[in-house]
Amino acid sequence: MNKTIITVVGKDSIGIIAKICTYLSDARVNMLDISQTIVDGFFNMIMVVDMPSEVDFGKLNDELQLLGEELGVIIKMQREDIFNKMHRI
Amino acid sequence: MISRAEIIETNRMIERENLDVRTITLGISLLSCIDSDLNKLKENIYNKITQLGKDLVKVGDEIGNEYGVPIVNKRISITPISLIGASACKTIEDYVEIAKVLDRAAKQIGVNFIGGYSVLVSKDMTASDRLLIESIPMALSQTERICSSVNVGSTKTGINMDAVKLLGDVVHNTAYLTKDNGSIGCAKLVVFCNAPDDNPFMAGAFHGVTEADAVLHVGVSGPGVVKNALEEVRGESFEVLCETIKKTAFKITRVGQLVLNEASKRLGIEAGIIDLSLAPTPEIGDSVAEILQEIGVEYPGAPGTTAALALLNDQVKKGGVMASSYVGGLSGAFIPVSEDQGMIDAVNVGALTLEKLEAMTCVCSVGLDMIAIPGDTKPSTISGILADEMAIGMINQKTVAARLIPVIGKDVGDVVEFGGLLGYAPVMPVNRYSCDAFVNRGGKIPAPIHSFKN
Repeated sequence: MNKTIITVVGKDSIGIIAKICTYLSDARVNMLDISQTIVDGFFNMIMVVDMPSEVDFGKLNDELQLLGEELGVIIKMQREDIFNKMHRI
Repeated sequence: MISRAEIIETNRMIERENLDVRTITLGISLLSCIDSDLNKLKENIYNKITQLGKDLVKVGDEIGNEYGVPIVNKRISITPISLIGASACKTIEDYVEIAKVLDRAAKQIGVNFIGGYSVLVSKDMTASDRLLIESIPMALSQTERICSSVNVGSTKTGINMDAVKLLGDVVHNTAYLTKDNGSIGCAKLVVFCNAPDDNPFMAGAFHGVTEADAVLHVGVSGPGVVKNALEEVRGESFEVLCETIKKTAFKITRVGQLVLNEASKRLGIEAGIIDLSLAPTPEIGDSVAEILQEIGVEYPGAPGTTAALALLNDQVKKGGVMASSYVGGLSGAFIPVSEDQGMIDAVNVGALTLEKLEAMTCVCSVGLDMIAIPGDTKPSTISGILADEMAIGMINQKTVAARLIPVIGKDVGDVVEFGGLLGYAPVMPVNRYSCDAFVNRGGKIPAPIHSFKN
């Protein structure tokens, strides 16, 4: 399993989750966990996904950035390792 | 499972506190390139660097992209050129030809610096070593991406004062030949005592002869992250302070170790060391000086600064060592003046002097770094400052270096702009009393005794 963390931060609006999830499902990326809150009116979502090895990480990342611009949010995609290494001995 | 708070903390460090991996440096041995024919040697060097380094920038960018952490610099270090050119180079111009080839190779693979236009003369010099040292001003003024270093002493050998004397002139001449650009050539020339073989940081990086044919080293950074962590424990005891620095250094270093392992896997090149350094940049919030202020001194240079820096440096190492497999390079806090806004401010208000900086270098890595001094400083005075700094390294069994920039045409109170990561610097006053008779003695300072330590 190739876990990747997607974080989405920005101004709340209708359909942010729907559009991101549709995009990911079209890209054959499986969602494992999702949590979302609104902090001070700002949309704040963290998703854990399983990135199939055949998916081009760089291309998907670029496309998500564009989708983020459309939705007025910042989307960041990172391999899970960076968090594990930093916060676990 | 990683928690939401941990994800947010990591991304806050990257986005708001300037956490980055400062450099992935590919060390390349050029020993296999040696040839007595200069043209053949140049061809061998160019081919080896461009072949081994061809994917470095691409892979560095890919890793940065996938983990969401900036990898600021991708660089090359090479075997000291004095060893590679000794049989082919008969004149200063021959060495400069090699410098130009290195510059071309660096441009070809897209790295911003290549370090190793270097010579190791800690005990004595060969005729060819001397030629290389004399070629440095011309080499640095006729190339863009070459970094040069000279190791003039060690704890085991003492200090080669003939080389120190020569370097007073070399620093001065380099400043003069690059005077139209703020004497920037001197920003790419480091004088060392106890130079490490595996340093990934410029301008002092070179690939030691004890290293493998090719090896990757990573230099981490993150003064902003440490500073922010310390804001949370303001007013707490030294115990809490030190624990906080250690934990933060651990996290920063783990990112470096991850990047090193990943780069090694993707490039098929052995992983070397992590350099545990807090390296500031001129950006706001990326300052070692601000950490010292957060620890409790009004400005760097105030009483308490040396102690604060000593504890900072030690805790960074303690936290970092646990996070990485192999530690090496310079490993400590860098205190360059021009590259750290907090240091610049401290100089401008009169809190920080050259003499206090010298004291601070006794307890942290590097040394007198990126310090602009008046352009009319005598070469013998430059040699005297270098000798003082080298003596600190020799006696204390530590690496020290000096990067002094006599800015031609500028005097105390003026400011010199270097641009980019090198920043800008106020010209600092230098003690004007003479050391001519000391520098002109000639010969070597003997190696120190290792017993009766006081």
